[in-house]
Amino acid sequence: MKQFVARRLGYSLLSLLLLSLTIFFFVRVTGDPAALLVEPGASEADIAAIHQQFGLDRPLWVQYGLFMVNLFRGDFGQSFYYQTPVFNLYLDRLPNSLLLAAVAMAFSLLVGIPTGILAAVRVGRFWDSAGKIFALLGLSLPSFFVGLVLILVFSVYLGWLPSSGFGGVWHILMPAFALGWYFAASHMRLTRSSMLEVLGSEYIKLARLKGLPQSLVIAKHAFKNALIPVLTLAGINLVLMINVAVVVETVFAWPGIGRLLYEGISFRDFPVVQGVVIMGGTMIVVVNLLVDIAYAVIDPRIRVET
Amino acid sequence: MSNSTLSSVSSDLRPRTAAMAGQPLLEINNFSTHYVSAQGTRVVRAVDDVTLRVNAGETVGIVGESGSGKSTLALSILRVLPTAARIVSGQLWFEGEDLVRKTDAEMQDVRGKRIAMILQDPMASLNPLFTIGNQVAEPIRVHEGADRPTAWRRARDLLKAVRIPSPETRVQQFPHEMSGGMRQRIVGAIGISCEPRLLIADEPTTSLDLTIQAQYLNLLRELQRAHGLALIFITHNLGIVAKMCDKLVVMYAGRVVESGPVSRIFNAPAHPYTKALLNAIPRMSDKRQRLTAIEGQPPDLAALPRGCAFAARCPEAFDRCRKESPPEFNFDGGRTSRCWLSTATTRSGAA
Amino acid sequence: MSITTETLVLPASSPPRSSARRSRDLPLIPITILVVIALTAIFANFLAPHNPEVGSLTARFRPPVWQAGGSLDHILGTDQLGRDVLSRLIFGARVSLVVGFTAVIVAGVIGTTLGILAGYIGGWVDQAIMRLTDAWLALPGLTFAIFLAAIVGPSMWNIVIILGAVYWTRYARVVRGEVLSLKEREFVRLAVVAGCSRMAIMWRHILPNVVNSAIVLATLMLGVVIVTEASLSFLGVGVPPPQPAWGLMLSDGKQGLMVGYWWLTVMPGCCIMLMVLSANLLGDWLRVKLDPQLRQL
Repeated sequence: MKQFVARRLGYSLLSLLLLSLTIFFFVRVTGDPAALLVEPGASEADIAAIHQQFGLDRPLWVQYGLFMVNLFRGDFGQSFYYQTPVFNLYLDRLPNSLLLAAVAMAFSLLVGIPTGILAAVRVGRFWDSAGKIFALLGLSLPSFFVGLVLILVFSVYLGWLPSSGFGGVWHILMPAFALGWYFAASHMRLTRSSMLEVLGSEYIKLARLKGLPQSLVIAKHAFKNALIPVLTLAGINLVLMINVAVVVETVFAWPGIGRLLYEGISFRDFPVVQGVVIMGGTMIVVVNLLVDIAYAVIDPRIRVET
Repeated sequence: MSNSTLSSVSSDLRPRTAAMAGQPLLEINNFSTHYVSAQGTRVVRAVDDVTLRVNAGETVGIVGESGSGKSTLALSILRVLPTAARIVSGQLWFEGEDLVRKTDAEMQDVRGKRIAMILQDPMASLNPLFTIGNQVAEPIRVHEGADRPTAWRRARDLLKAVRIPSPETRVQQFPHEMSGGMRQRIVGAIGISCEPRLLIADEPTTSLDLTIQAQYLNLLRELQRAHGLALIFITHNLGIVAKMCDKLVVMYAGRVVESGPVSRIFNAPAHPYTKALLNAIPRMSDKRQRLTAIEGQPPDLAALPRGCAFAARCPEAFDRCRKESPPEFNFDGGRTSRCWLSTATTRSGAA
Repeated sequence: MSITTETLVLPASSPPRSSARRSRDLPLIPITILVVIALTAIFANFLAPHNPEVGSLTARFRPPVWQAGGSLDHILGTDQLGRDVLSRLIFGARVSLVVGFTAVIVAGVIGTTLGILAGYIGGWVDQAIMRLTDAWLALPGLTFAIFLAAIVGPSMWNIVIILGAVYWTRYARVVRGEVLSLKEREFVRLAVVAGCSRMAIMWRHILPNVVNSAIVLATLMLGVVIVTEASLSFLGVGVPPPQPAWGLMLSDGKQGLMVGYWWLTVMPGCCIMLMVLSANLLGDWLRVKLDPQLRQL
């Protein structure tokens, strides 16, 4: 077990190292990084100052060392637009992103799990086909289109919901739906396949042979077992939601991390873009590590595999 | 069949001793279960035209290679079948009622209460997320409406009955905290929890090691005697049949090829397939110490050959075997055989 | 196979329906849609009634023909610069298809090559490639693409390269898995015994056997890539204006949404949806048909 955790931890650190190298490498191979790190329209002198400040005239490995040291200190650079450290900006926006992701997650689970169970119990019949169409639409409709159609219907024509911004309960409904839509489909698919696997198991057969009513077999014996992989995926997806919300947050002007990324793009504020990307990658690597360890704790068979 | 008139009699009015009036407890008549593929193009005849009887308190062994339809037959009796399976024809008379014609809700009252079943794999047949007590008490609560304390008290007694030490602590534990042999005994306890009339055991000992196998078989015999159970024992081990069973049913390619009292079949098998099976058992008394395996493969159940399904592997096959499928011959008072040779060796005609 | 308590009592013989099955087999609708989009893209010059990049400011925000104020001249209306929406959609098909297909091919070539190298050579090469794959998979595709687009700046071919660089990882994983099992097969062992060089074995014996999976994966990736391209355009780091990309049209139309110019968002949105839906349907069908191993993807 200790060996397994150590190895997974090693892989994760390696992933983070490669990730940082990738980001570092891409910025430097595509031109003078100073051009990205100064405000658009800066003078020659400003660029020279940046070269000095970030040691861009020194060997590459020294530059990478400086880059990493700064990251570890939580120094992601200064935003040109806001004139504040990127890390502070990030922490300011994080709660809003978490709120949106939490509501979107709740929505996706409330829709995805019951439909997935229904599709599995009625496999090959009407509800299964309906579920397949729902999943296909969920995975095929881009979230910005879902968001814009929602605005068109509920804000423009019906006038029920505010089209954008941050505030009361009403503000969060549409962005959460647009963001959760894709994930509802993905949770539905996994619930269905996980439920089908459980329904084919010997203990479900025995539960039926005991003479339990179908409803009890599904609600008690199948449900709990089938839910474990779904909740694991939901854990990973929650972090993913925070990091792919950029489009939805842009559509609804939701002041989260995605919106921060969009502002970074629009204002050519490169330190912000880089900071958001690094934080996102780190978060996902850490969550994957935690999930792997949690699984190993639950299921002893995994520990022996690499 | 004569007892079809009994179908109108409600089971509640009949005493639970089906042995009375010499009626069999379970009577399966010309019963077939087929697997039909989603498009309806492929039909696998998993159980085909099976007829057999089980009397109260009797032990019947069903023997055959894997894929011969033993398990499908067992699951058909309880009507817990994969979605692709269809009961195509025949009747399942149990205590005077045809189970084929029962609704699903009615079948729930039969399963676990009047007919119970033990599955092959003790490791997989308990739900890993619920305690032993919960799972043993469950059928008692569902079938007898017992409250939780009563059902759990019964569960502890049942664990004691299947020789599980310190049942008080065991009921609180989860399946993964127990050994394979213990889990199989727990599955047995679940089987007898509502005192069924018939217990079907589907290869219950294949995954246990030899000493535990013997213990478990003894336990099953004791339970059978104590509760007056009829037992259907599905296995591919003829040694177990010799030890446990009164009656033997040999299945091949979805059909019953031979049936009758165990001792008489062992002394003089009628069907070449049964002979081959018996020859495959190594015997201490046999000086030649030769093990005859049956050559060839069983036929594809979706494309059965014309004639006898065993003809291609049969050392005694002749022309007629490849052209016509033999019917079930009754002979010798209670024995049957599906072989053309049975006509020559016995006096009685076709069924 | 799942177990149910429901059993049906059926007549013994059920009629085979193989003849009715064949016509149902081909996913005709998605293929038709994709072919129509492809033809539209190829013949855009002949089909488009107007120049997609030039409009007249006197004809701004014209609604579609069936709404009051619409005219046959602009069947699907005009945008904020008075450009014909239909013509822009027709040329937009070209952008989506070119970006989609080439990006999928670029990703496929990179991923398949690395997957074969990792699977066949093994050892530290395998470790290095798979760890890099893990690291790259840690970033959501869209975030990674935004980052790269912010560095290299927008142009259609930059977007193709960026999407290829982001999405090769899935090919690498699948192909590596296949190669690992192919390596143990007789024909590969024979080739080794016969003294073929490693390059020759990978090129002539391994590659042809993984192409199937790569094609299935490419079809499934097509939808993902098109959505990402549209998202990049929507965020302003995709194909630069005035080229008519569907995602960009949606983004431009967003401002008009609140005052009821719905056609500026709904039309391009429907185009994206149709194309992605068709690609996904075709991919699902191919996956089941060509490669049973990929069903779990």
